[in-house]
Amino acid sequence: MIERIPELVNADPAIVRWGRDMNETFMIEVGDTQYLLTVRGGRVESVEKGPFVMRPWRFAIRAKRECWERFWQKVPAPGWSDLFGLLRRGDVVFEGDQRVLMAYLLYLKLVLAAPRRLS
Amino acid sequence: MTARLEPVTGRYAHIEIGGRPQRLYFEEAGQGIPLLCLHTAGSDGRQYRAVLNDPAITRHYRVIAFDMPWHGKSSPPAGWEKEEYRLTTESYIDQIMTVARELGLVRPVVMGCSIGGRIVLHLALAHARELRALVGLQSAAYVERYYDAAWLNHAEVHGGQVCGAIAYGLMSPLSPAADRWETVWHYMQGGPGIFTGDLHFYQGVGDVRDRIGAIDTSLCPLYMLTGEYDYSASPKDTEMAAARIRGAKVTIMKGLGHFPMSEHPEAFLGYLRPVLDEIRATTT
Repeated sequence: MIERIPELVNADPAIVRWGRDMNETFMIEVGDTQYLLTVRGGRVESVEKGPFVMRPWRFAIRAKRECWERFWQKVPAPGWSDLFGLLRRGDVVFEGDQRVLMAYLLYLKLVLAAPRRLS
Repeated sequence: MTARLEPVTGRYAHIEIGGRPQRLYFEEAGQGIPLLCLHTAGSDGRQYRAVLNDPAITRHYRVIAFDMPWHGKSSPPAGWEKEEYRLTTESYIDQIMTVARELGLVRPVVMGCSIGGRIVLHLALAHARELRALVGLQSAAYVERYYDAAWLNHAEVHGGQVCGAIAYGLMSPLSPAADRWETVWHYMQGGPGIFTGDLHFYQGVGDVRDRIGAIDTSLCPLYMLTGEYDYSASPKDTEMAAARIRGAKVTIMKGLGHFPMSEHPEAFLGYLRPVLDEIRATTT
């Protein structure tokens, strides 16, 4: 799912516009698997799969695989439709630079929900 | 003239609230039982556009939605630039009762969402005899902090975008896109620090868990309507509160989120109309 994010996001100007000032690398953890996503001007330039050795990232969003799977359902069930819903229950953890995460929160929500289109 | 005009009138009222002169904006439509509508934290009265435009409701109700001071088209009071906006339980109750009195509303029904759904619980405790009925939307006795609202008012984070992002996620993925994004837009237009200042009440001093058992619904009926997709004031939170209030009537609204009246007006009206019909038939 997550490997398909660049094609889903980059083809959708309605998502890209919200990240146009973003030039960052951030980590998404799906269970034990780490991914580094690099964004340039709102386009997701790359999704790299770990493990990584001493690679820097601005912030990390970590959740169990089953949480992401429920989050990525085409129509998620109540409680699974938004990152902050998972946050309230402790099903997702935000680490690193919270300022950048919050500055691009709308963009990140749209990017991370993009795989729902594949369900 | 070819424009289609809504039956909604917007006006400004000069009202002193908490000892300070306010130029308060409100919209109204309809005639009959006053129905005073309270918007959510960091937003404004446009959230009730569909209620104001629903002939089935305005036939029997005078619907009034005011923008809280500092919100929407109600400007902040003089001197705002020198202070931090903070909503408290007392100031919120005072502004609602003052607006009702100054607009000449006699025994209004008060309906509020989110912070408004919380304050109706406080109103049930403090002013039951002066109110005809209370309708709490997304009503919970307390919501603990699960993110730091200081980020919603930070010089290095775009306040409009981050407040919009918070509101976006609280809505149901099943609600129509146009109404969801309009709801986001209202949030993006909020003044700096206003959403955060409202959350001071919602996630802090507005905690009413210790007292809701004392609510007497025989004095003033209480209806609680909650959208199932809301994870902030979730159905579970509403049901936990209602379990401690004898006579509270709960409806869980399928497929709706935290802003039912704004994110999916048609579906919401389907739930609201029977409640208002019942209030009209069973209360005086």
